[in-house]
This record gives sequence, C-alpha cells and structure tokens, in this order.
Amino acid sequence: MSRTTLGRDIPESAGDLGRLAPFMGAWARAEGVSAPRKLLSAGRPSKVLENVDEAVRRSGLESGMTVSFHHHFREGDYVVNLVMDAIARAGIRDLTLAPSSLSSIHAPLVEHCRSGVIRRICSSGLRGKLADGISHGLLDEPVLIHSHGGRARAFREGTLRPDVAFLGAPSCDPYGNARGWAGKSACGSLGYARVDARYARTVVVLTDGLEDYPALPASIGQELVDWVVPIDAVGDPKGIGVGATRISRDPRELLIARNTLAAIDAAGVLHDGFSFQTGTGGASLAVIRYLRELMIARGIKASFCLGGVTSQVAHMLEEGLVGAVLDVQSFDADTARSLASNRRHIEIDANTYADPGCPGAAVNLLDVVVLSALEVDTDFNVNVITGSDGVIRGASGGHSDTAAGSALSIVVAPLVRARTASVVDRVETIVTPGESVDILVTDRGTAVNPRRKDLKAALAAAGVELRDIQELRELARSITGDPDPVQYGDRVVGLVEYRDGTIIDAIREVR
Amino acid sequence: MIAKLRRSMLFVPGNNPALVKDPHIYGPDSLIFDLEDSVAPTEKDAARLLVFCALKAIDYGRVEKVVRVNGMDTTWIGDDVAAMVAAGVDVIRLPKTERAEDIRALVGLIEAAEKASGRSAGEVRIMAALESPLAVLNAYEIAVASPRLVGIALSAEDFVTSMKTTRSPEGVELFEARGRIVMAARAAGIMAIDTVFTDLSDDEGLLREARLIKQMGFDGKSVINPSQIPLVHGVFAPTPEEIRKSRRIVAAAAEAEARGLGVMALDGKMIDKPIVERAARVLDLARASGMKIEEVEA
Repeated sequence: MSRTTLGRDIPESAGDLGRLAPFMGAWARAEGVSAPRKLLSAGRPSKVLENVDEAVRRSGLESGMTVSFHHHFREGDYVVNLVMDAIARAGIRDLTLAPSSLSSIHAPLVEHCRSGVIRRICSSGLRGKLADGISHGLLDEPVLIHSHGGRARAFREGTLRPDVAFLGAPSCDPYGNARGWAGKSACGSLGYARVDARYARTVVVLTDGLEDYPALPASIGQELVDWVVPIDAVGDPKGIGVGATRISRDPRELLIARNTLAAIDAAGVLHDGFSFQTGTGGASLAVIRYLRELMIARGIKASFCLGGVTSQVAHMLEEGLVGAVLDVQSFDADTARSLASNRRHIEIDANTYADPGCPGAAVNLLDVVVLSALEVDTDFNVNVITGSDGVIRGASGGHSDTAAGSALSIVVAPLVRARTASVVDRVETIVTPGESVDILVTDRGTAVNPRRKDLKAALAAAGVELRDIQELRELARSITGDPDPVQYGDRVVGLVEYRDGTIIDAIREVR
Repeated sequence: MIAKLRRSMLFVPGNNPALVKDPHIYGPDSLIFDLEDSVAPTEKDAARLLVFCALKAIDYGRVEKVVRVNGMDTTWIGDDVAAMVAAGVDVIRLPKTERAEDIRALVGLIEAAEKASGRSAGEVRIMAALESPLAVLNAYEIAVASPRLVGIALSAEDFVTSMKTTRSPEGVELFEARGRIVMAARAAGIMAIDTVFTDLSDDEGLLREARLIKQMGFDGKSVINPSQIPLVHGVFAPTPEEIRKSRRIVAAAAEAEARGLGVMALDGKMIDKPIVERAARVLDLARASGMKIEEVEA
C-alpha cells in the first residue's frame, strides 16, 4: 500500500493499470504534466509575456531546432524578421526555418543565413533578395520547397515538426485564443497557421490586438497556445494583396481570362452546384469577373469556392452566387471582413484544404481550378518557382495540390513575357507535373493536354480555337528566338517536394 | 457583300515595341499604327523604323494594317509614306486633312512609293481624318478626291477645340460634324469612322456613344484600348431577331430571283432591293462578329 498526502491508502499496483501513483497535492505534478508550459504551477495562469526576447527564452528554443511561422501577411509581414532578430540576439544558431512561405519583405534573413542563425529553410516560396541569395549558394543545405498541402502532410506525418511556432495574430486574448479576422491588422483566415499551432511543440502567439478573454470563436484555440506576446504591429494589411491579387485592367490578361472562361464553359463544368478555385495572378483572378457575369446570365450558382480568397469571391458569396467559401488564406481586407461576418464564409486549415494524405482534402472536390504559371513546357509541366534565369522567385503554393485534386485544371500564361517565352521546351523547374494539367490557355490560343481527348473534343465542338502546344511553342520561339541556356553549377540549392513527399525536381546554383 | 469591316480600328503607339508586337490578338478589324500624336518629335525616326520592321516581320493575320502618318504640313510625311508603303501597309491614314488637295498631294507620294517599292499601282488605300470645322465642311470634296479613299474619319479632340467647346457625354457638339461626315461618306460610297472614346473607366459611356454612331450610320469607331473592342463589336453585332429576319429575306430574294421575279413579298410586305441589301449586310456583320448564323433558327 502507498499513502496519498490526504492520508488515504491505495494499492501499489492494479492489474493492467500497473503501478499506481498516489495523489501528492493538486499542483505537485503540474510541471511534469505540462513541462514546456509551466503555467498551472503559477496558480492563476498567465501566458502573457513582456516582449519577443522573453518569448524566445521561455519557448525553450535551442540551437539546431526548427521554428515555424505563417505567411498570412505576405508582403506585409513583420513577425518573421522581428522574431529572427530576437533569436539571433539570444545566440541561438543552426535553425531550420520552416514558415508556410516567405516573400520579398524577408530580405533581412540573408544576414541570419550568413551568420549561421539559419542553417536550413523549408518554405512554399521565396522571393526577392533572400531567394536570389539562395539561388547563388547562400546556404549549404538546399531549401526544401513544399506545396501548401505537402507541408500540412509533412506536419501530420511528423517528417517536419516545428519545435516552436511563432504565429502573428491580429486579435488574441491573454489565454491564447487567436484569430485573423478581427483587429486593426486583420488578415482574415489563419488557415496555414492552424497547422503550425496543432503540430508545433510550443506555440507563441504575437499579437497587436490583445482582447479581453474569451476572444471566441478562435482560429487557434487556447488549448494549443503556450505564450502570448503583445507587440506594436504584426503586419501591414496593405501588404497582403501585393503582387498577387491586383485587379487587372491589362487587356492581355483580360483576353486570357475570357479565353479561359470559354474553355471552362466548353468543358461542361458550369452546371448548377459546381465548385471552383482561381489562383493568384492577374489573368486567373480576372476569370472570376467573367465567370460571375456568365453565372448571372445563366442563373447558375456554385456550391463552393475554395482557396486563397479575394474580395470578388466574397462579393459573390454575398450575392448568393456562391453557396460557401472555404478560406485557407484571405487576400484583402474585404475578404477578412466577410470571414468575420458571413457564416457561409468558413475558415479551413491547410490539412482540410489540400493535405494529400488526409481523408478530407477539399481540393479533391473541386470541379475546376485556374492557375497561373511562370513557364509551361510542351509536356504541360509547370514551373512557378524559378524565373527564366533559373533564380528562385515564386512559390509552389497550392499549385500542385489543386491541379491534382480538381476535376479540371487550367493553367494560364501569356505566350511571351517581355522578351522571354512562357511556353518552352523544358521548364527550368517542375513544380506541377503535366499529367495533372488539362488545359493551357494563352493570349495566342488554347492547348489541351493530349491525355484529355474528351476535353479536346468538347472544346472543339464548342468552337474554341485550339492549338497544339507544340504549335504554341513554335509561335513563342518565332517571337523570342532561343535564349542561351541558364548557366547552372553542380550544387543543389533547392529541392522541390511534390505534395506526396517525393522530390519532383532539384534547383541548382546559378553561376 | 461587305468587302471589309471596320467596326473597330485600334490605335497602337508606333514607338512601343511591346504594344506593336501583337495587338491583333484582341481581334480589332483594323490596326492603326501611330507615327503622329503618340510619338514625340525626337522619336519620329525610331517609331518609323519600328513600325517598318514590325510590318515586315510580324504576321498580323487577317487584320487590316493602317498607319497614321504625320500631317502633310510636316517634314516627316515623305519618309513616313515611303517607309510604310515599302513595308506593306494596307491603308495610310492622313491626319488633319483639310481639303481635297491634301489627298491629291498624298496620292502623289504614295504613287512614287509604290513604284519605288515595286508594289502594284493603286494598291495602297487612304483614310482621311477630319479634325477641323473646315475639314468637316469639305467632307464630300475630300471623300471623292481619290479612288484610293476607303473612308473618312472624325477626329474630335482638335475639332471641338476649334469649335470653342468641349466634349460632352451626349455629344451634341459633334452632332453636325458626325452627320455631315457620314452623309459625305455615303454619298461618296466609302466608309465613315467615328472618333475615339477616351474615358477607359466608363464602359457605359462608350456603349452609349457606339449605339449613337451606329444608329447615325457610321461603319465603326476608332478605339484606343483593346478592352473597348468587344464592347464596340457587341453594339455592331446584329440581334438574333435581326439575323432571323435577314435570313428569311435573303432566302426569299434568292427564290424570287430563281423564279425570275423582280419584286417579292414576305409576310404580306413588299421586299425590294434596299431591304435585301440591308439583310445581306446584317448577315455579313453577324458572321464577322463570330455568330453562327446557321444556329439562329429560321
């Protein structure tokens, strides 16, 4: 028998339960139960910390660990730079940096790569000076580029597991209930961050909108959050839409958008209750405008719209043209407002969005997706990560996830950008395999993947002017000629992971 | 049958390679490469060379190639005409045409250029832009100045300034000029083309103006942005009802002709030659607008 602190005698063991631990006081094991959290032992728990430096200290972060961030603020993000500076000040080194994505605003990370604070990067995308540096050999280890669905899969499977997630939230209460659709810096959905919060060992929320408890419902619940750090600003909402979500007036993009809608219509997708997603980029966004007009003219309604969401889609939800919006990422303030106020505008996390191994990925229910591309080759392989100079300048995003999941996947691109061809013999880097791309729409004609003979027949019957992709390639060549090939070194600076965890291509150092 | 449609004539700045390389993809009936107002005096040579090379090298498909040269009173006109004719231009658009003599002088330059470049005589056509009150008053005289003329066009900005007024949404200040131009064109048997609509954010205004000039009898409109093309074509596109009616008229006329009848009746109404011509024109326009006439039920 053993005795509890309350003087009761209990057996030392019991059958399958094995050895029994006697009760030793209400708070006796609190630290043992929740070692990194160390909250309950303080009595009245407080998760609120003074500043980022203290958060880094209390998070338990050590050299060699993995830190993660989300990219919901895109070009307006302040959190990554702020936290990485604090980590550097703390003398922590050799980190794996695993944000959901990075953009041009993260150029200061170049210094942390040089000084050894960052040893390795896993991200959906990279742009600007950091991307340029990496393409020229800034890091010894190759960057791992994953799709949004692939990252969620890796977290779920445990092949990538953040030790500490530092997550900016425009609204959060002192107990860690965080959300993106409220506060002065509202960014809308925190869909990517929810995965970090679920799988990271320690979760720190940084907020510029501390609210009274309970700030519920929340995107990231108190049960997942260890620390809360009030800061001046988590991000600039104006930076969210930069580079991705401008509303086009470019006649070329509008022409591509009209051609795209003609292809979608001819493919027979536009029935009542269909579902759609459009990627970022002028032409694919402009498709929404024409789609809306056609839906009104025909009296058709969509069951749902998925993905990175823009105000045009939120507006269609408002109008009743779309039954529901499943929002993993919001691209502007109007979308954030819609998420806050419309019950049919629903925040989903990255697993629900696109994780190829989870039983409920929404991409699998898509009828049509329209995606941009930097380059497409004559096998319909798509590059959205490296420029024609071989330098990293984009993001994998949900490209391969939605292309694979959607019943109809359409890639759009102008035939020629400035002096470079978008339709090429061989893309610099494959992100999305041609087997999951059905149609390429350009400003000079539409090409159907030969694998989809059914589609080719349907489009031809509807009077869509079709071209062989080889013919588009030759037309592009007749305008641009053949550029000298990019001079690559032998060293691999990036690995492109397909959504299932296999490596689909390697990015080499640019000389 | 209509030889050529000019519902939309798209201006393309002659000094902008990105715009010169493929404006035909937007489907205008004509392209007007501009060497005049959109090109600064210091850039005239460069623009002329660019358009020359483009016309030589780029296949613009079936789209008509027009070049707006500099005016007869400039020092550039001779080189402009020589280069464009040699490059294979279809139509020279002459700005600020005031009188028939301007056209005759241009014809002289074109004839010489045709000879020099080995093109057959009379191949290059002319479109005259009327930009002043005097030009409008001389519209008919200009329209018949040469068999090379395919049309006369109103250019409104200079015109309203000379008239000491401004452009209004209703276009009342252009009413007389438009009326005279379209009437002169019809009397001369050539086309009448309306002026540009400059507010790119006002689609409704463009549609209103296009409907107005179509009703007045104009053949088309100059446009300054590709986004205006589908709107203008939409206005000029016949309705299914018009197509249905025209098909029946043309069919009835063919039948009457086969039976040797001059005058025929359809639904109790007499059908004569002008009505048949109008019906044929509607069907031409429908085909040109990409409408499938056969799919419109008779």
